[in-house]
Amino acid sequence: MRIVIAEDLFLLREGLIRLLREYGFEVVAAVDNGPDLVPTVVRLRPDLAIVDVRLPPTFTDEGLRAALEARRQVPGLPILILSQYVEQIYARELLADGTGGIGYLLKDRVFDGDQFADAVQRVAAGGTAMDPEVIARLLARSTNDGPAGKLSRREREVLKLMAEGRSNAAIAQQLFVSERAIAKHNTAIFAKLDLAPSDDDNRRVLAVLTYLGC
Amino acid sequence: MKPDMKEKQAHRGRTARPASPGSWLARGFVASARGLALSAEMIAQCLFTVVVLCVATLAMLGVGLYLLPGTLLGARRLASLSRRRASAWEGTGIPAPYRPRPREGSRWQWLITDPATWRDLLWLLLNPTFGWLLTLMPGALITWGLFGVVMPAVWKPILDAHSNNWYAMIHVINPATAWLCVPLGAAFMLAGVAVAPLMLRSHGRLAHFMLAPAQRAELAERVEYLTATRSDLADTRAAEIRRIERDLHDGAQARLVAMGMTLSAAERALKNSPEAAMALLVEARHNSVKALADLRDLIRGIYPPVLADRGLSEAVRALAMDSPLNVEVVNALHGRADAAVESAAYFAVSELLANVIKHAHAQHVSIDLRYQHGSLRIDVTDDGQGGANPSQGTGLHGIERRLAAFDGILAVGSPLGGPTMVSMELPCVLSSPKTSSC
Repeated sequence: MRIVIAEDLFLLREGLIRLLREYGFEVVAAVDNGPDLVPTVVRLRPDLAIVDVRLPPTFTDEGLRAALEARRQVPGLPILILSQYVEQIYARELLADGTGGIGYLLKDRVFDGDQFADAVQRVAAGGTAMDPEVIARLLARSTNDGPAGKLSRREREVLKLMAEGRSNAAIAQQLFVSERAIAKHNTAIFAKLDLAPSDDDNRRVLAVLTYLGC
Repeated sequence: MKPDMKEKQAHRGRTARPASPGSWLARGFVASARGLALSAEMIAQCLFTVVVLCVATLAMLGVGLYLLPGTLLGARRLASLSRRRASAWEGTGIPAPYRPRPREGSRWQWLITDPATWRDLLWLLLNPTFGWLLTLMPGALITWGLFGVVMPAVWKPILDAHSNNWYAMIHVINPATAWLCVPLGAAFMLAGVAVAPLMLRSHGRLAHFMLAPAQRAELAERVEYLTATRSDLADTRAAEIRRIERDLHDGAQARLVAMGMTLSAAERALKNSPEAAMALLVEARHNSVKALADLRDLIRGIYPPVLADRGLSEAVRALAMDSPLNVEVVNALHGRADAAVESAAYFAVSELLANVIKHAHAQHVSIDLRYQHGSLRIDVTDDGQGGANPSQGTGLHGIERRLAAFDGILAVGSPLGGPTMVSMELPCVLSSPKTSSC
């Protein structure tokens, strides 16, 4: 898999490249600022771009804006945003076009190599990977009287993992239950949230996120 | 804000041209009637001046000292009445010039040392002696004109009684000369009506000159305000820095120390028991994640990244999204304020939202952001139980104090039973909006 990286801090950039190589990904280019990202992905057409939110020259949300611009010029380009902090407002902008291939993770998640590699795979394949913290804040908001208030505790756990972008198999493995049990939970969740069931993992995640107001 | 208001009202007075002869007449009559009312007030001022003189004489004898503060406060009332009249009738807003009463020291001393007290007394003396020339003249002209207009009906009895009757330069001795008085009288009346608004405004200007805060008093007030807000600001800053120090010390720093110890333990364990080393390494990694989470929370409390990235309105939207309440943000801001102002506004909104969650039992909150008359204005309205009082809760008072450092103000409307509306106003300059690609 061919990956382009945009990260301005040398140590983090090198660490990221090393980690990705260890998992067998190929880093075809690494840029250290926002404006360079777009021409690079246009030229190289990678399978995935991993972008830090805060990049020079503005050191604000340069990376996020460059990533969205890159996606406009290369439609469907999978993007994984890494950041020191997560904001629902950014998650919403990333998911706005509803086509998937979007990841938004805290930099800390890189520490768990296996999980990070899994997220990289998932996003490159057109799925989503939302940081658990985004999901937690989303669900916290809808605890009281929001749509998620009708769910049981188990169903909320399933929903949380589903919203992070996990497949049924992965959710089953994490919660130590059978895939059939997860499928049953899913049916209940979709019914309670008035969502049309769908087989497509990615559309399922987007539907959940949209419904929860992300 | 004050000079702004003054200017606006003066402006209104000047530009309100009569739309038709009818309204022109009406305005003239209203102005002359107000002039008469002001003249009547002068009688009270005149009497009060006599009272002041008596009390002052008694004060010299000693006994009047007890009466002095009350009398001076009475003078303030009369002067304040003139100020209110000036802004309501004469097109001149006049801010009160008085110094706030200090916490220590007697009332007596406070009143005596305030130059505004002496200016009040001077006004009470000068207004009835000279001011009436301005306020009474239109009424007098109109009355005198009226006398001329009715002259054909009244000249005979007057001539019979006094054997001599002059109206201006006309010697009225027969119907012909009496009728001559009619157009002259009408001219007097029209002149009275015409000059009335001008006279009233001139009196207003006189009142402003005498009763508005002297520039020195204004500066003194400003210095006092700045001194107070500066020390507040310094206190708040010091407290914040202490909190940050404590958070770093107990949080991230402690976790990094623990991480270092765990890593060195793992190093030792590596030879003998790789499994134990593995467990320690996992623990170290967990600690690093927690240290990062601590730092993230801390940074959010110092200067939230989304505020730095996107500015106030987006940061408030992010706050709204993270709130467990149903928060609606109406944004009419275009452009960004100074980082310091944005930060003050952001934390004020953040604290208000926290207050709503803690105390108001509200379901719905609406936050309104806009820029008006050179100020950033934010209204936070909730449908909770109301009864919020800035003088009781430390929360609202704290916000008020922090806004004061930027000349900002906070107003709370919170009847029992709700709804509560907190309005904040921060004078600032907005820069043009950054071009954003999304």
